[in-house]
Amino acid sequence: MFEVIETNARFLLIGSYPNGPLGGLALTLILSLLGLALAFPLGLMLALCRVAPFAVLRIVSGIFVYVMRGIPLVMLIFWSYFLVPRLTGHAVSAFTALLVTLVLYQSAYLCEVIRAGIDALPKGQFEASRSLGMTYGQTIRMVILPQSLFNMLPSLLGQFVGLVKDTSIGYVISVNELTFSAQQINNSLLTRPFEVFFLLALTYFVVCFSLTAGVNFLERRISRKSVPTNAALEVVNASAV
Amino acid sequence: MLALSKVNKWYGNYHALVDITADVQRGEVVVVCGPSGSGKSTLIRTINRLESIHKGSITLDGTDVHSKLQNVNKLRSRIGFVFQQFNLFPHLSVIENICLAPMKVLGKSKTEARDRAASLLSRVGLANKADAYPQQLSGGQQQRVAIARALAMDPPVMLFDEPTSALDPEMVGEVLSVMKSLAKDGMTMMCVTHEMGFAREVSDRVWFMDKGAILESSDPDTFFTNPEHPRAKSFISDLRH
Amino acid sequence: MYLDLNFDALLAQPFFDELVHGAQFSLALFAACWVLAVGLGILLAVVRISGLPFAERAVAIYVSYQRNVPMLAHLFLWYFGISTLLPADVQSWIGLHGGEFIFSTIAIGLYMAAYFSEDIRSGLRSVPGGQTEAARSLGMGFLTSIRYVVLPQAINISLPTFTNHTIVLFKNTSLAMALGAAEMTYAVREVENETFLTYETYIVATVFYLAISLLLMAAGAVAAKRVRLPGH
Repeated sequence: MFEVIETNARFLLIGSYPNGPLGGLALTLILSLLGLALAFPLGLMLALCRVAPFAVLRIVSGIFVYVMRGIPLVMLIFWSYFLVPRLTGHAVSAFTALLVTLVLYQSAYLCEVIRAGIDALPKGQFEASRSLGMTYGQTIRMVILPQSLFNMLPSLLGQFVGLVKDTSIGYVISVNELTFSAQQINNSLLTRPFEVFFLLALTYFVVCFSLTAGVNFLERRISRKSVPTNAALEVVNASAV
Repeated sequence: MLALSKVNKWYGNYHALVDITADVQRGEVVVVCGPSGSGKSTLIRTINRLESIHKGSITLDGTDVHSKLQNVNKLRSRIGFVFQQFNLFPHLSVIENICLAPMKVLGKSKTEARDRAASLLSRVGLANKADAYPQQLSGGQQQRVAIARALAMDPPVMLFDEPTSALDPEMVGEVLSVMKSLAKDGMTMMCVTHEMGFAREVSDRVWFMDKGAILESSDPDTFFTNPEHPRAKSFISDLRH
Repeated sequence: MYLDLNFDALLAQPFFDELVHGAQFSLALFAACWVLAVGLGILLAVVRISGLPFAERAVAIYVSYQRNVPMLAHLFLWYFGISTLLPADVQSWIGLHGGEFIFSTIAIGLYMAAYFSEDIRSGLRSVPGGQTEAARSLGMGFLTSIRYVVLPQAINISLPTFTNHTIVLFKNTSLAMALGAAEMTYAVREVENETFLTYETYIVATVFYLAISLLLMAAGAVAAKRVRLPGH
């Protein structure tokens, strides 16, 4: 077991960098961070559409969220890899296709988390703000969102953990993230599949477990200031992969 | 009928019940009163073993309630208990609530149980609510159903743990009148309550508790006009103001 | 962008058969995984509240492991890794009898069992303690009070999440294609390779998954109506 770790740890963790592109765990984490950073604004917009006073916005965003949550991630990544070059007109790397997939997929889940946060606020907040003469937009921007995003922070970060796991889907289009790197190591070693994949599982476990522990710690600190909203964590744990 | 002898209970270092020695005769109505935190609820809950004791004994008609050899279910089927929070089963209708235990514990047939339940419902004044669900009833109605549910097991003794404390003032009367009629019919009862009017009218004895001990035990007239113990004196005078 | 979709080609053999078999495989895999996951989930939840020594800790570790490792990694560990630890004749038997199906079922079933056991556990915990006290005070034993008072209420509370996780389980079956299991996504890719009808084949797969997801949601809604507490 240990020689497997010694010789291949580097590839598993950072790919062939600096002699080649970044890969392995490093690529997984970069994809996750980028994915969350891009999915968040999209998810926020979707959430606002879902609670908007205009039925058209509610229905269109509702359909988007339903489709993203209804089809498996693997179908979505095949669609992205196929459609994105067609829609943009030029060739697209597997990395980009994976990123697009993750952003679209996570934005639907983030939308639901943010929506849960908005719904969890007492209606009185909205009523008080409008009674003071503030417009709908001002109410959302200055009263509703700051509070709900703060309350939802643990859940939003929890989605990051889900995202780290979702990056493994990059395997099917040969993106050099952690799972694909492990498979490559296995293909070159051939004789130690159990050790290789056990290490893969262990790496994910250590990373995700630490992140989850961090999120739980954050939630405890936030709960001292406001009402804990454990229901939102359920949305997190419903993501697929 | 019910004998408590040197009963002691600790929560960690906190001495919750201190050397309780008292008894309840057949047909007697005992009211337990005292300031909050005096151990009244704890005491009544030890009688049907919802709470354990560390020293001393509690016997019902000679049987040791807390003995490990005792079949706790059989024992509890002979003690009726009415909770402050009613604790009706929300997934069952009123009549099903009353029939459940007689059918499953006493082995009564459905028709037998239903007939008895119907007569008990008439007795508590809710004959027309047999098929309603607890959520559709007011607090006072729910508590009366809870009393009927306990009576359905034909227990020789009934325990009441602050039965009216969770009710709106206008509903307290309907529950107390059911309890009064039970007392008049000769039921052995022990009630933890703040309803001093009930205590004066109906009880045969009043136990005054403070800090886990029974400080005074006398008949209601003596207790309310001229209590002996100094703390009892201040409790009574506080009641008046 | 003008799309000239030609679904007729997919109705021809052997493509039609391939797609139908893919759908059947997906549904069979779903059924097998669901049964394993629910059965094991119930067992884990009951063990966890049983009060046996180490039971709580052991189940908690199991759940944590399953939930912090992605489904693909689990699939690979079972199919490529753990399979090699088995004795040789067991391996060849498995290989001849649909190893992909067997290991996919084990991997996905164990993974979702962790989620289902948490659903059941939180359902049991949501039932107010007073309910158990009232049932026990009437003389009902532990199992009787669980069966007639606690469990009906727990199921009612946990049904929505349970339905959600059932749909997640169904979507996860698509990952078996990474092992070469001939489920729907795999079949669609095969047909696409042969016919180059990317839009058509992808649409078929997408509609399949969306339709079954919708069906499962509807089933969940029907079940929720039946266990809903009356008067609510």
